Amino acid sequence: MNTLAIIETSKPVYTRPDSLTDIQMRYCPGCTHGIAHRLVAEVLDELGIKERTVAIATVGCSVYAYEYFDTDAVQASHGRGPAVATGIKRCQPDTIVFTYQGDGDLAAIGLAEVLHAAARAENFTVVFINNAVFGMTQGQMAPTTLMGQKTTTTPLGRSVEQGGYPLNICELLAQIPGVAYLARETMTSPKRVRQAKRSLKKAFQVQMAGLGFSLVELISSCPTWWHMKPLEALQWIEDVMVQQYPLKVFVDKLEAGE
Amino acid sequence: MRQEVFMAGMGGQGVLLAGQLLAQAALEAGLELSWFPLYSPEVRGGRATCTLVIADGEVGSPVVGQPGSVILMDGIAVDNHLHRVRPGGLAVINSSLTGGEVSRNDIDIVVIPATNAAMELGSERATNMVLLGAYVRASGVVEAQAVEEALYRVLPERHYDYIPTNVAALQRGAQLAEGQLV
Amino acid sequence: MPERQLITGNEAAAEGAIAGGCRYFFGYPITPQNKIPEYMSEHLPRIGGVYVQAESEVAAINMLYGAAATGAWAMTTSSSPGISLMQEGLSYMIGAELPCVLVDMVRGGPGLGNIAPAQSDYWLATRGAGHGDGRCLTFAPASVQELYDLTGEAFPIAQKYRNPVMILADAVLASMREPCTLRERLDPPQEKPPWAVGGARKGRQRNIINSLWTAPPVMEEVNLRVAQRYEQARQNELRWTEHGADDPEILVCAYGISARICQTAIEHAAEAGVACRLIRPISLFPFPVQVIADWAQRVNKVLVVELSLGQFIEDVRLAVEGACPVEFLGHTGGVLVTPEEVAARIIEIA
Ligand SMILES: Cc1ncc(C[n+]2csc(CCOP(=O)(O)OP(=O)(O)O)c2C)c(N)n1
Ligand code: SF4
Ligand SMILES: [Mg+2]
Repeated sequence: MNTLAIIETSKPVYTRPDSLTDIQMRYCPGCTHGIAHRLVAEVLDELGIKERTVAIATVGCSVYAYEYFDTDAVQASHGRGPAVATGIKRCQPDTIVFTYQGDGDLAAIGLAEVLHAAARAENFTVVFINNAVFGMTQGQMAPTTLMGQKTTTTPLGRSVEQGGYPLNICELLAQIPGVAYLARETMTSPKRVRQAKRSLKKAFQVQMAGLGFSLVELISSCPTWWHMKPLEALQWIEDVMVQQYPLKVFVDKLEAGE
Repeated sequence: MRQEVFMAGMGGQGVLLAGQLLAQAALEAGLELSWFPLYSPEVRGGRATCTLVIADGEVGSPVVGQPGSVILMDGIAVDNHLHRVRPGGLAVINSSLTGGEVSRNDIDIVVIPATNAAMELGSERATNMVLLGAYVRASGVVEAQAVEEALYRVLPERHYDYIPTNVAALQRGAQLAEGQLV
Repeated sequence: MPERQLITGNEAAAEGAIAGGCRYFFGYPITPQNKIPEYMSEHLPRIGGVYVQAESEVAAINMLYGAAATGAWAMTTSSSPGISLMQEGLSYMIGAELPCVLVDMVRGGPGLGNIAPAQSDYWLATRGAGHGDGRCLTFAPASVQELYDLTGEAFPIAQKYRNPVMILADAVLASMREPCTLRERLDPPQEKPPWAVGGARKGRQRNIINSLWTAPPVMEEVNLRVAQRYEQARQNELRWTEHGADDPEILVCAYGISARICQTAIEHAAEAGVACRLIRPISLFPFPVQVIADWAQRVNKVLVVELSLGQFIEDVRLAVEGACPVEFLGHTGGVLVTPEEVAARIIEIA
């Protein structure tokens, strides 16, 4: 059998999810933004909601998310994704809406917007990519940067005097009654990836059930600005980041049967 | 004297470093200059360009539409920028990555197999230095020696190990250019 | 001996500010000016200064409001989208009569735009400053050296007029390297201004920094006081340069990086037989009205060149007051004009 025949008669076991376009992503080699995109897309496919979803791209390395998700999409200004999502969802409650936000976008400039969306129990989903730096602007300190971590604006490592302490977003949001699903996951191994997908799917199911605000934090790698090789970066997540940001399902109102 | 040189190549080829070295050499020579890197939309996807204007009086515009000279490090650079060179100008081209055939006869052209030459010296990454050496020889804008010395000012100390290879590459470029000058 | 160094515009703005006496920096990263906060985060702590990375530009400008209220010599830097976010804070600072320094490394807009060079924040810088009657004193450098010098000089100017000073540059100036002669770093004055809050009061009357004046006549009085300072600035702070022919056909007006481009363009035009004079306003508010008005009487036409669809041109038109036709050449969205293009336009209209 020649190659073509093999391809024609084989059953594909791995294809691009329907909810991703075939535009080539512009992420650095080894960056886990790409995995996160794929997981969200697989979930949209499996839940059959691609046609009624609006993706909200924010500002960060994922600013071009509107090109990658094969859904309707809106590009929001820096940090304001949850406010834009609120506007869309309130006008068209049947639409499935998600924001895709980095730690600079969500935890720095956009902290007010995400907190208030949660407090109002807005019924949309946030995919929160925590990579402990501002990737797009060349590796400055983020609110989630770890103590002692060197970045381009903490050249001697993050210190309390200059940059204060890391901000744990899930622990903060867990206190807000409007939150219906809240989990922190990572993508460092196939097992972790599967778990991350389960949480993402739950978050969208919670939205479909109209239960309120859902957010999944994904601890993500930035090999470029951590100055690490891709595998080292994944190892650093497991060894260091997860100590500061424990992986866990914080809130699950679907499971709780509410 | 006002000399413009525009340099283009792919990211990682050291376009900006070549420009900075020449700029530093001009500075040490007491000249005025302006070095300006541009990331234009067509540059996206790992393209790098810079414009250097050197003058013995005011520099004037750091932006140049039709440069007096160019260093083109690969085929895309040739396709995009060779046509912009002002008639009577100079183009230094890396034939290792371009095939080497050139469509203009109204400018001086120096075609150098720079990547091959750099590989012979043991470092493909010195391609930029071979081209710069050729350019300095062909244009005479600064002394070759000044560019070699600039390496110590521009490179961080932890990269001083590379200087001998870079110097060899600059000299190899000058040699290769020599043969083509009329 | 002062050393001539090859540095970028971003480094020049940062070091110029420190040399001018700035010891406090509050900012939020945005391209193409990230090297400024990065430089400040490294250098300020070394000399007893403070660098704070704000959580947003809204926060940064309000940190600056607080710092300025204590009499500190403080600054922030940003690029277009960030400067948009700072407008509210600027309005409050003007209302409270507080000095500060800002640098805007303008990029292509509107919206998220891109990170390429533009001059489309002219209105934002010279009219802007949010709501109300206030404006920023605005200066536009055209070289790395001038960026260094002006950023330093901006601090005493801001203090003198108790008003924000904006240094309006662009992505070319931010990223380009030119020789720059660095001065010794000055210390800010030890003594705090009499209106500053905080520190030991030692029996002085209490100070209040405020922009709330509910009685309209009182608010008007504040506005008139601010306007009077703008009038003083008009007397003392006008700056511009002139290049080219003494008996020109065409007057070219451009500021910042466009003026550099025009400088070469008028040489090309002269070679083609068209004599031009270039006026480059450095102070944009206050604006050098008179020199433009005078030259407008003596030329056939004025050409305005800027990296926008026409913002600066409005100030030129107001100065020309119909004395001759005012033509325009510009690109927007991050596209540059070239000297060749400007020269061709000059020859076309001559
Ligand atoms: C108002 C405004 N300020 C600043 C910026 C510059 N900016 C772009 S992305 C970014 C931070 C991105 O970091 P993060 O959200 O963590 O995303 P990552 O790139 O790490 O995925 C900043 C500060 C901007 N675009 N708009
Ligand atoms: S800079 Fe970091 S976060 Fe951005 S694409 Fe590269 S690796 Fe990913
Ligand atoms: Mg991030």
